Amino acid sequence: MIDRPLTKNIDLSREPFSIKEYEAAGGYQGVHKALKEFTDPKSIVDLVKNAGLKGRGGAGFSTGLKWSFVPMGPDAPRPRYLVCNGDEMEPGTFKDRLLLEGDPHSLIEGMICTAYAIQAEVAYIFLRWGYTLAEQRLSKAIAEAYQAGYLGKSILGTGFNLDLHLHISAGRYICGEETALLNSLEGKRANPRTKPPFPQVSGLFGKPTIVQNVETLCNVHHILVHGVDWYKGLSRCEDGGTKLYGVSGKVKKPGVWELPMGVTVREILEDHAGGMRDGLKLKGFLPGGASTDFLVEEHLDLKMDYATIGKAGSRMGTGTMIILDDQTCPVGMVLNLTRFFAQESCGWCTPCRDGLPWSVKLLEAIEKGEGKPEDLDRLAAQCRFMGPGNTFCALAPGAAEPIQSSLKYFKEDFERHLAEKRCPWRS
Amino acid sequence: MPSLWIDGKTYEVEAGKNLLQVCLSLGLDLPYFCWHPALGSVGACRQCAVKQYRDENDSVGRLVMACMTPVTDGMRITLQDEGSVEFRAMLIEALMTNHPHDCPVCDEGGECHLQDMTVMTGHNYRDFRFKKRTFNNQYLGPFINHEMNRCITCYRCVRFYRDYADGPDLNAFASKNHVYFGRDCDGALESEFSGNLVEVCPTGVFTDKTLKEHYTRKWDLTTAPSVCHHCGLGCNTLAGERYGSIRRIINRYNGAVNGYFLCDRGRFGYDFVNAGTRIREPLASSGETKTQVPVSVEKIQQLVSEMNAGKDKILGIGSPRASLEANYALMKLAGPEHFLDGMAPKESSLVRLALSILRNGPARSVSLQEAGQADAVFILGEDVTHTAPMLALSLRQAARQVCVQKAAKANIPEWHDAAVRELAQEERSPFYIAATGATRLDDVATKKMCVPLDGIARLGLAVAHAIDPSAPAVDGLADSDKQLAGEIAAALMNARHPLVVSGTSSGCSSVLKAAAQITIALARTREKVGISLIVPECNSLGIAMLANGTLENLDERIKSRRYETLVVLENDLYRRLPSAQVDALLESVKRVIVIDHTTSPTSQKAHLVLPAGTFAEADGTLVNNEGRAQRFFQIFAPEGEIQESWRWIRDICPESRGNRKTAWQDLSDVIEALCQDVPALAKIQEAAPTSDFRIKGLRVARQPHRYSGRTAMVAHKTIHEPKPPEDPDSPFSFSMEGYRGIPPAPLIPRFWSPGWNSVQSLNKFQQEVGGELTGGDPGVRLIDPDGSDSPGYFEDVPAVSTCSGDQVQLIPLWRIFGSEEFSVLSEAVQQKIPGMSVIMNPKDAEKANLKTGSMAVIESGDMKLQLPVSLCESQAAGTVAIPAGYRGAAWIDLPALGESGRGMKNERNPLVPDPDCSGSGWHSDCGSQSDLA
Amino acid sequence: MLTVEERQEIEKEIHHYEHKQAACIEAMKIVQRHRGWVSDESIRDIAAMMDMSPTALDSVATFYNLIFRKPVGKHVIMICDSVSCWIMGYENMRDHLCRKLGIQLGETTADGRFTLLPIVCLGTCDHAPAMMIGDTLYRDLTPEKIDTILKQYA
Ligand SMILES: Cc1cc2nc3c(=O)[nH]c(=O)nc-3n(C[C@H](O)[C@H](O)[C@H](O)COP(=O)(O)O)c2cc1C
Ligand code: SF4
Ligand code: FES
Repeated sequence: MIDRPLTKNIDLSREPFSIKEYEAAGGYQGVHKALKEFTDPKSIVDLVKNAGLKGRGGAGFSTGLKWSFVPMGPDAPRPRYLVCNGDEMEPGTFKDRLLLEGDPHSLIEGMICTAYAIQAEVAYIFLRWGYTLAEQRLSKAIAEAYQAGYLGKSILGTGFNLDLHLHISAGRYICGEETALLNSLEGKRANPRTKPPFPQVSGLFGKPTIVQNVETLCNVHHILVHGVDWYKGLSRCEDGGTKLYGVSGKVKKPGVWELPMGVTVREILEDHAGGMRDGLKLKGFLPGGASTDFLVEEHLDLKMDYATIGKAGSRMGTGTMIILDDQTCPVGMVLNLTRFFAQESCGWCTPCRDGLPWSVKLLEAIEKGEGKPEDLDRLAAQCRFMGPGNTFCALAPGAAEPIQSSLKYFKEDFERHLAEKRCPWRS
Repeated sequence: MPSLWIDGKTYEVEAGKNLLQVCLSLGLDLPYFCWHPALGSVGACRQCAVKQYRDENDSVGRLVMACMTPVTDGMRITLQDEGSVEFRAMLIEALMTNHPHDCPVCDEGGECHLQDMTVMTGHNYRDFRFKKRTFNNQYLGPFINHEMNRCITCYRCVRFYRDYADGPDLNAFASKNHVYFGRDCDGALESEFSGNLVEVCPTGVFTDKTLKEHYTRKWDLTTAPSVCHHCGLGCNTLAGERYGSIRRIINRYNGAVNGYFLCDRGRFGYDFVNAGTRIREPLASSGETKTQVPVSVEKIQQLVSEMNAGKDKILGIGSPRASLEANYALMKLAGPEHFLDGMAPKESSLVRLALSILRNGPARSVSLQEAGQADAVFILGEDVTHTAPMLALSLRQAARQVCVQKAAKANIPEWHDAAVRELAQEERSPFYIAATGATRLDDVATKKMCVPLDGIARLGLAVAHAIDPSAPAVDGLADSDKQLAGEIAAALMNARHPLVVSGTSSGCSSVLKAAAQITIALARTREKVGISLIVPECNSLGIAMLANGTLENLDERIKSRRYETLVVLENDLYRRLPSAQVDALLESVKRVIVIDHTTSPTSQKAHLVLPAGTFAEADGTLVNNEGRAQRFFQIFAPEGEIQESWRWIRDICPESRGNRKTAWQDLSDVIEALCQDVPALAKIQEAAPTSDFRIKGLRVARQPHRYSGRTAMVAHKTIHEPKPPEDPDSPFSFSMEGYRGIPPAPLIPRFWSPGWNSVQSLNKFQQEVGGELTGGDPGVRLIDPDGSDSPGYFEDVPAVSTCSGDQVQLIPLWRIFGSEEFSVLSEAVQQKIPGMSVIMNPKDAEKANLKTGSMAVIESGDMKLQLPVSLCESQAAGTVAIPAGYRGAAWIDLPALGESGRGMKNERNPLVPDPDCSGSGWHSDCGSQSDLA
Repeated sequence: MLTVEERQEIEKEIHHYEHKQAACIEAMKIVQRHRGWVSDESIRDIAAMMDMSPTALDSVATFYNLIFRKPVGKHVIMICDSVSCWIMGYENMRDHLCRKLGIQLGETTADGRFTLLPIVCLGTCDHAPAMMIGDTLYRDLTPEKIDTILKQYA
């Protein structure tokens, strides 16, 4: 049995599989099985729910459960849409790129199965700007899939139709937020939308829509082909399957690997990323991208799964870690992160639009040695201000996470900046 | 009814509303910015955060945005816990990080929602010590001033301008904390509703540029409730005065009429009150040259006694723009059979036709508010934006009713604005327009048909026939027209609230009848049918209800009756009749007395001119197109000899006729007499309380509690504080003294409440926020068909017009800025008046060898016009639209048949044609025609 | 005026969406691909084609980072300034580029050859620091590597 379903076909030293090679490697079996054997699409939804597949885009919501909210039946609005979220613009996140460049047919297959499960007629891949290689490879793969009859009218003669379009973003991190993404696909400013109504009910062009991360979708056909037990067996924790984990920062071998869901941080960091570069010590790490709380050495033996990392006060997010070493200024790092978020705020709601620039200014002042003692309280207050529920979408609360946790773990470093009136890391 | 627990108290509230609206309606003070009762909720600003508890045992709770939270039964919330209080204060602080704190030099100061909310949240110390970002401002035209640095990014401006009013040229640009609200480049705002930005913007980004010219703080303005005089809709306004000049007009909420908004003509057209064209003292012509010079009271008396000697020789010409009271006074003076309605003959017969349609029913004339609720609309022969602007704004809401209905089916409440838009996207209610050319509502039309007037009428009759086959059929219709008629009929029959809109502006009675025919047909199958008939002026319907005589055959009437004196009330006859006819008329009588507020060609020919008050210096009652009587009140007591028209008439009334000098002391006396004399108008008494109305023994104060300078402002004349003028005619005082609570709705002089200094204080005056004013919305409907027996169908079906050879149908072209008599005297409005040009179909033009900008000579009867040409694909072939109502332009009786082609010179003319029909392509009513290089 | 080719490309995109205006971002990207940037005139032309007002289109254009509303150089260098690259020496690479090109971030060289812009995370954090020139990604940058790369564009 396969144990690396997502990456088994991937070898970055060559072109990805063509449709022939992909089929030869067992590809598109999921589509055959779905369309031929699952005459009731709802049973796919249940299957995926039971497999414990959770969204890999960061929030970790049960994928099957999400699909079950799509109104079905003869009176339900049409068309329904499936959107693949390939925006991947969160700093430190580079996992979907691997799948998009390495095995485009796998994504397409996952999307066809998903579209069938929710009976969607139109699908989009929303791809971030700058993934030019992925763009070329996807375009080619989509054309092949159309030619082979996996896309288009009456797929495999079943009467099921699906059109798949590739949409390249014009660049904004907020487009990754699923409702902002929908606005962007509609040719609008990418401000997020309120939920409720959820996209499953009123999404793209006001029609029922499912938005799913690239990695999430790449799991679907494998679950269909190999079943729930196999899928659960891949994992070392409650959540099913494998996960792409990545490491960046000053480690010996930064990279991204498909590992059983729930491996420990230490395994990823030491066995796969080769540990810290010589002469450097681990000071802290963001476990799942720029919008997660810092964790530190004491958390190294935790399992990288949604629940465990959540309990430790952070989030598994995208599963791509950013490592802070002892020779990099934590204030500088947080400043860099916060600048990013301030700049990428869509400008819709006040706490984010005006709270983040203020936080940037405070961090700049502290970093430069112009901070005041009360600035730390102010920063902490800003984090509360931008907290979950206070803002319109999750961007600002995410942005607050590295700030608030750095104040917890690296308080002394902030205080040194204040006391020395300079950045101790700068010569 | 859900019960709602707020800070220990339980309230019974209406289900389905959002928590913010409910809290405000309960009188609780909860700050907000992005929410607006007419625009709904989007949850952007986060200012309205409150804490919600799961149940009694939950003591932690979570913050929710009140505006985004529907109330549910048993809901528990607090506005007072530390967490939400702190959050709201921090939120203001964050909003203000880039705000310039320039209140002392900001026009919004003192009536600023941002100031109010800042105080309300308790944020008063600034922690932000860093640099602010700054913006450049834009030139947005003569109405609106732009000061972007004050922006707090609540998005209300675009939500009104773009989402509510469908304005194409204001939007949000950029992102993060650089979001910029403006146009893509400098230039005058295109929407006819741009002025509402002034009130919609919660701070000083968009302010009234005309106010800036003679700036006065809210607290220094003397204000009273008024009714707009610039079209037939009668929107409610609040005018503010200082130093004897009107400084600005803002909206006066009336839930049934204009709601929260006004059009730009109504808002910015006030300056004629202050203009040099005013008649400020009695004038009499003297000497050979007949120059008019100021006259003394004795001279007036002498002239008047001469007039009275010739008993029964007085002809009174009333006016559709004067109050019922003024008209009635003249009717009494001249006698009903010697009193004419003062409307152009064709206009008069059309207004009377409209009146009879409304009276006969079965359709009921809808209010502006009801028009906005319509879910299928058919407009016949009106370019509503130009002839009844605020109705167009209502119809834009009607176009979105299907979205609201669709959302309701998906359990999305109407106030959930963004969600409704996202769900319904570009869906629009069935909306059909039949017109002779482009109209400003074409962008929301499902289908649009451009045909000559008889074609409109025929389509309308065909629709009626399609609804009810027993209605007369229309012969010889093209298949496509038949199909369209069927489609429109089906849309109207399937709608919950079908609405037919037409009016007098096309000058064509068949069009009006066709509109009525549709409603008669509809009423055979359903109970409620709405109709809205647009009339030209603020009291057109009122005068039609009052006067029987018309200007028809006026010369013969004068000759046969041998009138000696002509009294013309607030009317410029040169706008009603061909000038040669008026010239002869004025020559044919011994004495012409004109009572008016503004110099006109007619007043210039009068033997005696008496200075009347404008809307701002007089009280009175108007009947709008809905048949709603509304009272307007004097804003200030004019200086010198200006007085209300009815008082002048009383004063010149001969003693032999009952000496009304003693009989009519005040306005209430006039109204009382009127109501007795004219039963159809008896209900106007209920339009507002009488002049002796007092609350706790007090009058209602026209000046606010913080009015300043009342001793200083006359210090150059006297060191004593003069006694304020008395007001016998209304329950208002001309001073700060008086009642300050909430008066009956028709008497609200301003919206202001403790802690609420801005226009948003209106919340405190409504029974429920966004609903009726406390005590009911002002105005009383005079016409309500009982619907007992349906009138029969109009039987005559007009034939297709056959214009032979070079003949064309000349159609009046009305413009919101340009066609109305007084708004054009405002400098700001003048800048918006399009150049005069005639609009033709390119094919007709080609036949006549004309291009855009070339001069056309158009002849009809005696009339000969020479104007540059604008081409427009939408202009129906065989028709030529001619600017109507322009000041100084020769009066033409339109529609008419005319000649085109012959006599047209083909010269290039540099005059830029009407912007509605030229230029940049977008939203100009038509796109492709401009070949002006 | 849009070229026939631009029009055709845009026309094709329009068919991918339920509403025409949804293709407006694509349309701007197409014009930008042909002309390097989106001028006011292009905004007007595209807007007309999309049945939008120029203001509405510009509102969308100015929201997105990669619709250039000002002219850019022949080659646009986008250097990633996000966290992993920052940790791995972004500032040195930026300073090096600025020195080499004689411009600051956001500027275009006098010969119109290069425009240097910062860009958010390029999704290649395991090979930081990184930059893109046009459509080409360059990773694991060092000052020396930058010198060699720039020569290819000389
Ligand atoms: C600011 C922001 C950025 C996001 N960016 C991405 C992204 O780039 N890719 C992604 O898959 N999900 C992103 N998400 C999460 C999506 O909103 C959404 O939850 C996800 O696409 C759902 O897919 P999943 O259930 O398969 O994870 C982002 C969320 C936020 C708030
Ligand atoms: S938190 Fe608010 S301003 Fe920030 S990205 Fe989300 S909606 Fe936009
Ligand atoms: S008023 Fe509720 S979020 Fe703005």
